[in-house]
Amino acid sequence: MYKIVEKEELRPTLTRIRVEAPLVARRAMPGQFIIFRVDRNGERVPLTINGYDREKGTVDIIFQAAGATTMKLNDLEAGDYLEDFVGPLGNPTPIDGLKKVAVVGGGVGCAIAYPVAKELYENGCEIHAVTGFKNKDLVILEKEFDEASTKHIVCTDDGSYGEKGLVTEILKKLIDDGNEYDEVITIGPMPMMKFVCRTTEPYGIKTIASLSPLMVDGTGMCGCCRVNVGGEMKFACVDGPDFDGSLVDWDLAISRSKIYSGFEKHKREESCNLMNAEVR
Amino acid sequence: MPDMSMTKYPMPSQDPDVRVTNFGEVALGYDEETAVKEAQRCLQCKNHPCMNGCPVNVHIPDFIRALRDGHFLEAYGIITGTNALPAICGRVCPQENQCEKLCVRGIKGEPVGIGRLERFIADYYSSHEHPEPEKPLPNGHKAAVIGSGPSGLTCAGELAKKGYDVTVYEALHIPGGVLVYGIPEFRLPKDIVAKEISGLEALGVKIETNAVLGRSFTVDDLFDDGYEAVFIGSGAGLPKFMNIPGVNSNEVYSANEFLTRINLMKAYTEDADTPVQHPKKAVVVGGGNVAMDAARSVKRLGADTTIVYRRGVEELPARKEEVGHAMEEHINFMLLSNPVEILHDDKNNVSGVRCIKMEYGDVDASGRKSVHEIEGSEFDVEADCVIMALGTSPNPLIKNDTPALKTNRKGCIEVNEDEMTSIDGVYAGGDAVTGAATVILAMGSGRKAAAAIDEAIMNRK
Repeated sequence: MYKIVEKEELRPTLTRIRVEAPLVARRAMPGQFIIFRVDRNGERVPLTINGYDREKGTVDIIFQAAGATTMKLNDLEAGDYLEDFVGPLGNPTPIDGLKKVAVVGGGVGCAIAYPVAKELYENGCEIHAVTGFKNKDLVILEKEFDEASTKHIVCTDDGSYGEKGLVTEILKKLIDDGNEYDEVITIGPMPMMKFVCRTTEPYGIKTIASLSPLMVDGTGMCGCCRVNVGGEMKFACVDGPDFDGSLVDWDLAISRSKIYSGFEKHKREESCNLMNAEVR
Repeated sequence: MPDMSMTKYPMPSQDPDVRVTNFGEVALGYDEETAVKEAQRCLQCKNHPCMNGCPVNVHIPDFIRALRDGHFLEAYGIITGTNALPAICGRVCPQENQCEKLCVRGIKGEPVGIGRLERFIADYYSSHEHPEPEKPLPNGHKAAVIGSGPSGLTCAGELAKKGYDVTVYEALHIPGGVLVYGIPEFRLPKDIVAKEISGLEALGVKIETNAVLGRSFTVDDLFDDGYEAVFIGSGAGLPKFMNIPGVNSNEVYSANEFLTRINLMKAYTEDADTPVQHPKKAVVVGGGNVAMDAARSVKRLGADTTIVYRRGVEELPARKEEVGHAMEEHINFMLLSNPVEILHDDKNNVSGVRCIKMEYGDVDASGRKSVHEIEGSEFDVEADCVIMALGTSPNPLIKNDTPALKTNRKGCIEVNEDEMTSIDGVYAGGDAVTGAATVILAMGSGRKAAAAIDEAIMNRK
């Protein structure tokens, strides 16, 4: 059992929890993920690590209470326990030798992009962070990114906060302004990452995308997380989760991520009904 | 006088038409009377040929004699003297290729049902009052075991019996490895596995779940933590897929994924949060035991199920008994056929499998008849789900994280005759060494490694 030592609501339905997991904290690196189960009937769900404290043996994760399992997770409070919490899984994001990087995060993906930006920034890399959200109410980690970057641009789709526009438009402008990036790292919804890759392709800038496909075991056993990268089959859990975004077959990845969406909808409604029943 | 009936006493089992609607165990086991009768078929051969077929050397005639005379708990003690997991072996060992193959009664008629008798004794023990096993005296030495599948559990049990302080590290959230994620409930109930594991815990074996060697910790970490030997029984978990168009369509699964969802995650039950597709028409590709398990599982979810295999019925690598069970359950066999493309609609959902007919050619170097495609013989099979059961290879995580660990071309860990790897003090066994094989072979290597570890540590003093 793994104790939740802190819980913080970043905004409604977006939560950060700190979990006591010394075995995970000991070797965790930016870009890696964990798999948790809420209870004995729970499914195994991967979430990227947002932060870790090796000395205290704790790991932070940020999640959006969107599906049945994350809603259950959101019902737990500090002092409660998770059934399972295993990791660190996947490969760390390679950062060696990078001098100037644009980190492009979208929505909750910013929670994953943040530790990568921070690690690079602390290693002397110049960081241009572009974080995009639907609207003002959904903006997260603004202060954190401010502190982990040389330049941080927040943008919203409707212009209610920061610059109005999509991350791809901001990124294109930065490149056109003469910024020469060694690499672009993008983490967010798959359609966004697809278009970030389309944006950088004409400039020939290497673009790394962090994939979060469906998974069961997270150790290479099931093949559920397979993605087509440059015509080769790769398992995101052991070969990734970071891949050269220009080589990823995005449309396939997007379609495979929706395999269980019907089931998920059903479970979510069931879960909501249960909660409604309790309220009544 | 021995019972000279030519055939085994039949195994009571669930009716095929009933069992395809549930995940309950198919074979129900002998009652006391039938078990004693079957035991009376044993000739008690002085030279016990059966024992030569057993990778863990169970003292077969001795336990059968004790059973025959009604001393069931004594029989249990005889079996567990060399086999820590009898309820599992009695169910999933391919006895027809091992002990029973060498049984003298099998020369004329059917061999003694050794596996059924082993199962009876194990089940009798766990369902009746019995004295708790004595905890061995600690010998002051520490050993770590990676993976809680058959080889790891056996190695851990053997070392614990010798007094070692043993910890088993398991990557998943429940111990048992392939016994819990791979082999279905209807062949090996999971509470049986749990009971056998708690038997090992009673011997002092500690089990740490959610611990992934190669990610959470390294081999060096283990030596730093004071372990004097490490046994790697991490299995062969990496699934193979066919390299054909459409293989990444949405409803194409590895048998590992499909079986893990069902067995480990219990996706077939109402309470489980893990989803699994309930297809209408499923195609399972492959002819081994895993293919049979996958086909029989998806059948139980309500699918009209077809096994597609490139060779003929005689060459199905699965146990005859499993093929028989699958046929009884009305699973279709499309033999001498091979998929060439997975068909899908514009949403990437599987709509069928394009197969090609195969025919026999010359005998190849291995003595097996070769098969080749018949040009222009393609045909389509309708399906909304495809499960690939084409075998597995060892997981690369440990190898990648432990550069000094030598592996062969196929990624299998190389070991010497003592099951020791290229790293001093690190041993390996089971599928991680051999590639996908059987539960009992894995157990045999775990037992052998435990003996080698003990010898090395005792000689060091």
